[in-house]
Amino acid sequence: MNMQQSITVRGKDRYKSGVMEYKRMGYWEPNYEPKDTDVIALFRVTPQDGVDPTEACAAVAGESSTATWTVVWTDRLTAAEKYRAKCYRVDPVPNSPGSYFAYIAYDLDLFEPGSISNLTASIIGNVFGFKPLKALRLEDMRLPTAYVKTFQGPATGIVVERERLDKFGRPLLGATVKPKLGLSGRNYGRVVYEALKGGLDFCKDDENINSQPFMHWRDRFLYCMEGVNRAQAATGEVKGTYLNVTAGTMEDMYERAEFAKQLGSVIIMIDLVIGYTAIQSMAKWARRNDMILHLHRAGHSTYTRQRLHGVSFRVIAKWMRLAGVDHIHAGTVVGKLEGDPATTRGYYDICREDFNPMTLEHGVFFDQPWASLNKMMPVASGGIHAGQMHQLLDHLGEDVVLQFGGGTIGHPKGIQAGATANRVALEAMILARNEGRDYVHEGPEILAKAAQTCTPLRDALEVWKDVSFNYESTDSPDFAPTATPAT
Amino acid sequence: MRVTQGCYSFLPDLTDEQIAAQVQYCLDKGWAVNIEFTDDPHPRNTYWDMWGLPMFDLRDAAGIMKELADCRRVYGDRYIRMSGFDSSHGWESVRISFIVNRPKNEPGFRLERQEVGGRSVSYTTRAYALDRPEGERYADQ
Repeated sequence: MNMQQSITVRGKDRYKSGVMEYKRMGYWEPNYEPKDTDVIALFRVTPQDGVDPTEACAAVAGESSTATWTVVWTDRLTAAEKYRAKCYRVDPVPNSPGSYFAYIAYDLDLFEPGSISNLTASIIGNVFGFKPLKALRLEDMRLPTAYVKTFQGPATGIVVERERLDKFGRPLLGATVKPKLGLSGRNYGRVVYEALKGGLDFCKDDENINSQPFMHWRDRFLYCMEGVNRAQAATGEVKGTYLNVTAGTMEDMYERAEFAKQLGSVIIMIDLVIGYTAIQSMAKWARRNDMILHLHRAGHSTYTRQRLHGVSFRVIAKWMRLAGVDHIHAGTVVGKLEGDPATTRGYYDICREDFNPMTLEHGVFFDQPWASLNKMMPVASGGIHAGQMHQLLDHLGEDVVLQFGGGTIGHPKGIQAGATANRVALEAMILARNEGRDYVHEGPEILAKAAQTCTPLRDALEVWKDVSFNYESTDSPDFAPTATPAT
Repeated sequence: MRVTQGCYSFLPDLTDEQIAAQVQYCLDKGWAVNIEFTDDPHPRNTYWDMWGLPMFDLRDAAGIMKELADCRRVYGDRYIRMSGFDSSHGWESVRISFIVNRPKNEPGFRLERQEVGGRSVSYTTRAYALDRPEGERYADQ
C-alpha cells in the first residue's frame, strides 16, 4: 500500500462528539516504529465488500484496544495515544484478493503481566465479531522479552523431562489407549501395561476420558499405575502414563492431580478446552509438584484450521509455551490430521527453540525471543505407524513424542508386539542417522534390515505398508521460499 | 530380562565398530563423551560411577574406544554406558546415552507393593542384584 501519511485528527477536533473513522482516530499510524517492548499482532483481515482496507485494519486495532464505535470525551482523561493500538502496516495477502495483513502494535501497559486470559480478551475479544469484517484471523504475534519474562513457562521443559525420565537421544514413544471410550479401569490398565512393557515410554488417556459411568477416574488412576510400575520393573526403565485430570471444576482437577502425584505418576494431562486460566493454574501446580504437564489440544481445530478466520495454531503454541505446559500436540505431517510440512515446522520451532527468526515460508512472521523460557515438547499423534519412522524423524526431529495409538494397539500380534515394533524401528533409524546414513531415502531398507531380527516389526511393516494420508492442506504458508539462482 | 535403558537396548548389542560410529557422531556435534559404570541398574539411579572425567578434549573416536576397552577390562561384569554431553546454552545436559556393556545375566527387578489407604498401593522397584554389596553383585558371572 502506498498510503504512508498519518491522517490522524489532532487537537480538540479529535474529540468532537460523533462518529469518526478509525483511521482518523489514531489507530492507523503508518510512520509508527514499534518499540522493543510492544506486543505486535499480525491479523489477516478480510473486509466486507466496499469497506476501505486501511479503515478495516485500523478498526481491528481500535476494537482490540481502546476504541468504541463513537468518540468519547473520557479518552481525554487518559494518556490515550499510548493506549491506542496502532496499525502501522497493511499489505495485501499474496494470491488472495480481498484479504490484507495488518500489523498492529500494542503498548505493554495494555496487558496484565502473566495472564493469557487478559492478553486474549483484548487480542481475540470483541474484534472477531466486528460487522464490517467478513473474516479475521490472528496469524502470529511478537511477544516482547519484557512480556515473556512475566510468565512461568513450561513447568518442566524438555531438558529436565529427559533427565527425569533418563531418556536421551531419541524421540519418546507413546500410545493413546484405544478404544477411547468404554474400557473399564481394569481393562484399561492392561493396555497400559502391555504397551509400556513392549517398549513404549508413555501411554496416554484420550482427551475425553475423564470420569464416566464405565470408568471412574480413581479406578483408572489405580489400574494405570499398577501397569506403569509393573512395566517399569520388567524393563528397568522409567515409564509413565498421562493421567487426564480434566474435570468440571478446578477443585476436581486439583483433587485428581494430587491423587496422581500420591500414586507416583511422573506426568498428568489436561485438555485445551479447560481454558487459559485453568491451564496456567495447572502449570503452576505442576511446577510445585515436580510433575510433567501434557496438553491435548482438544477443540483447537474449531478455530485454527480455516485460513480466513480464527487463530493460527502457531499463536496457540506461543500462548501455551507462556502458559506453562510441557507437552503440546503439534502435528505429524504424515498422519491423519491437518498439517503441511512447512507450517508444522514453524509450530515445532516455536515449541523448541530459544529464538525464532522470522521465517515467512514457515508462516513465522516475527523474530521471537523466548528469553530462556523452558522448551515445550511437541507431540505427534494421529495415524502414524512404524513404517513412517524415517519420515517422522526427518520432519519432526528428535525432541518429540511420537504417539502410535492404533499403530501399537492394532498390531496383529498384540499390544506388546506393536510397541516393540515401534521401538525397534525408532532405535534402528536413530542408529543409522547417527552413523551418517541417508536415512530419509534408505529408510525402508533400514527398517527391513531391522525387521530381520524383529518379527513384530516385520508384521507391522506388512500390515500398514499401504497406509498414507495424502490430502491437500487447508492451511499452508502464504509465502514460498525465495528461489536462489542456480550458480 | 534385559534392562532397556538408553538409546539402543532394543537392538542387538552394538559391535565396537557401531559404538565407534556413535562416538564419532557425538564428537562431530562437539559433545563430550563420558563413560560410566554401575552395578545398580535401578531406573532412577542417576549417578553411575564415572570412568574418569568426561572427555572434553579428546576428539578422536579411537582414543575413546581405548578408554572403553580399559573400563571393560576392570568392570566388564557391570553395566557400562556412554553418553554425549552438550554444554551449549539452553541444553547443558546429556544429548545421547546408550549401554555398551551389560552383565551376562540380568536378574531384573522385584516390584514390591505396600497396600496403603483405600485401594492405593505404594510401589517400590528393587534390583535383585542389590541383595549383595556393591562390587560383588555380578562378580560370580
